[in-house]
Amino acid sequence: MIIHAIFFYLFAGVTVASAVMVISARNPVHSVLFLILAFVNAAGLFVLLGAEFLAMILIVVYVGAVAVLFLFVVMMLDVDFTELRRGFLNYLPIGALIGAVLLAELLILVGGWAIAPPTAHPAAPIAANVSNTEALGLVLYTRYVYFFEAAGVILLIAMIGAIVMTLQHKPQVRRQNIAAQIARRRASAIELVKVKPGQGVS
Amino acid sequence: MAAVWSDYLLPFLIVLGQSVLLLVLLLITVAYLLYADRKIWAAVQIRRGPNVVGPWGLWQSFADLIKFVLKEPVIPAGANKGVFLLAPVVTTTLALAAWAVIPVSAGWVIANINVGVLYIFAISSLGVYGVIMAGWASNSKYPFLAALRSAAQMVSYEVSIGFVFITVLLCVGSLNLSAIVEAQNSAWGLLGWFWLPLLPMLVIFFVSALAETNRPPFDLIEAESELVAGYMVEYGSTPYMMLMLGEYVAISTMCAMCTILFFGGWLPPFPVVPFTWIPGVIWFVLKAAFVFFMFAMVKAFVPRYRYDQLMRLGWKVFLPVSLAMVAIVAAVLQVTGWAAK
Repeated sequence: MIIHAIFFYLFAGVTVASAVMVISARNPVHSVLFLILAFVNAAGLFVLLGAEFLAMILIVVYVGAVAVLFLFVVMMLDVDFTELRRGFLNYLPIGALIGAVLLAELLILVGGWAIAPPTAHPAAPIAANVSNTEALGLVLYTRYVYFFEAAGVILLIAMIGAIVMTLQHKPQVRRQNIAAQIARRRASAIELVKVKPGQGVS
Repeated sequence: MAAVWSDYLLPFLIVLGQSVLLLVLLLITVAYLLYADRKIWAAVQIRRGPNVVGPWGLWQSFADLIKFVLKEPVIPAGANKGVFLLAPVVTTTLALAAWAVIPVSAGWVIANINVGVLYIFAISSLGVYGVIMAGWASNSKYPFLAALRSAAQMVSYEVSIGFVFITVLLCVGSLNLSAIVEAQNSAWGLLGWFWLPLLPMLVIFFVSALAETNRPPFDLIEAESELVAGYMVEYGSTPYMMLMLGEYVAISTMCAMCTILFFGGWLPPFPVVPFTWIPGVIWFVLKAAFVFFMFAMVKAFVPRYRYDQLMRLGWKVFLPVSLAMVAIVAAVLQVTGWAAK
C-alpha cells in the first residue's frame, strides 16, 4: 500500500499547491491554468478512491467544458493586473472567514463520523460484483430519481434564463438566411448576356 | 523485498515495455500517415506529391523530422515563455495518452479500464488546451483569433461526439472498449457491426471527428487564407513539430475510435476460415487506415466551411439529430428487449 500512499500525497500536495497558486498567481490566465491542474489532480484522487467514473466526469465536465469557458473569458477580457491586485487584501478577512466555516463544517462532519459512526447517515452499500459506474446509475435512477430530475429541470431553467437575457434582436443587424442561401440555384444567380461589340452592358 | 519486486517493479517494467513498444510503432505509423495524407492529396490533384527522399519519397517524414529538430527554436520577445513552450508538450502528451486504453487486438491493450470510452472522451476534450495555450501565449493577433475560434469549435462538436458514444453504449451496456468490440462479434460478420444499425451516428461521428481534430473542411483555426497558419504562426522547429505530431496522433486516435465503435475493431469481416487466420491487429490497422483514407479524401475534395455555417451544423443539425437518435435507440432497445443486461 506504500505506492497508494505515495500517490495520495503526490496528488493531494499538487492539488493544494496549485490551489494556492490560483489565488496568488500574478497573471489571471496562469490562475486558470493552475485551477485546471488542481481539477486534474482531484480526478487523480478520485481514481485512488476507486471512483473512476467520477474522476472521468470531473475531467470531462470541469476541465473539458467549464474551465475552457473560464479561460475563454479571461483571455478575452483585457484585465488590468495592478488594478486587480489593489483590492486583494481587503477581501482577505472574508476569504479567511469562509475558509474557517468550511473547515469547521468538515471537522464536525468527519469528527462526528469518527467518534460515533451510527450518527452519520450510512451511504448506500455497493454490491461487490457491480462496477462503480453501474452502482452510481442504480442509485441515481431509482432512489434519487426525483432529485435527479429536479436538478435537471433547474439547469434547464437556468439555461433558458441565460439565453433569454442575452438574446436581443437588433433591427440593423443583417443575419445569415441559410434557407435562402441553400435555395439559390444557377438560374436565379447567373445570367448570360450576349453583348454586341461597342455597346457594353446597361 | 521479493514482494516489492513481484508486486510493483515487475508489473511496472512490463507496462513500461508495452508503452514504449506502442509509442514507437505509433510514431512510425504517424510518420507514414503524414506521407499518405500528402500522397492522397497529391493524387486527387494529379500531382506527384513527395517523391524525392528515398524510394517513392518513403523517407520524407523522417527527413522532415530531422529538419525540424536541427532548426533553431525561436521564441517571440513578447510571448509568455513558459506557456508558449508548455502548449506543444500538452498537445503531444495528451494525444499520445489516449492510446493507453485503445485495444488493437483481443487483449492487446495497455490499460483495459472499465471507463475506456469516458477516458477517450476526457482526453480528447482536453486537446483544446494545447491550441488555446499556444494561441494566447504567442501574444500575436492571428494566433489569438485562432485560439478563440478553436475554443468554440471544439467544445461544440464534443457535444455530438458525446451523444454518439451514448448510443453505442446503450447498444453494448459497457464503457469498456474491448467489450464494445466483442458486442459486435456475431455470425453475421461485416453486417453485425454497428455501422449498419447506427449509420446516421457514424456520419455524425465522422464529421464531428473532422471538426474535433481541426481537419479540413473544418480547419478554421489554421485557415491559411484568413489567419496565415492560425495558432501555429509564431512556432518553429521542434515546438512546431510537436504541435503537428499531436494533431496527427489525435487524428489516428479518432480513426481508431471510429474502427472500434462502428467497424468491429479487430474482428474479421467474415467469420470464416481464411479470414479468421489473419491476426486481429492486421484487421484493426486495415480498418483504421480505411477511415484515415476517408479523412484524407475529405481534405482533398471539400472546400472550407464558413465559421457561422460550422456553428450552425454543430448546434442546429448534429445536436438535435443525435439527441433524437439517443431517444430512438433507447426506445427500440427497450421495446424489442435487446437492451444489454
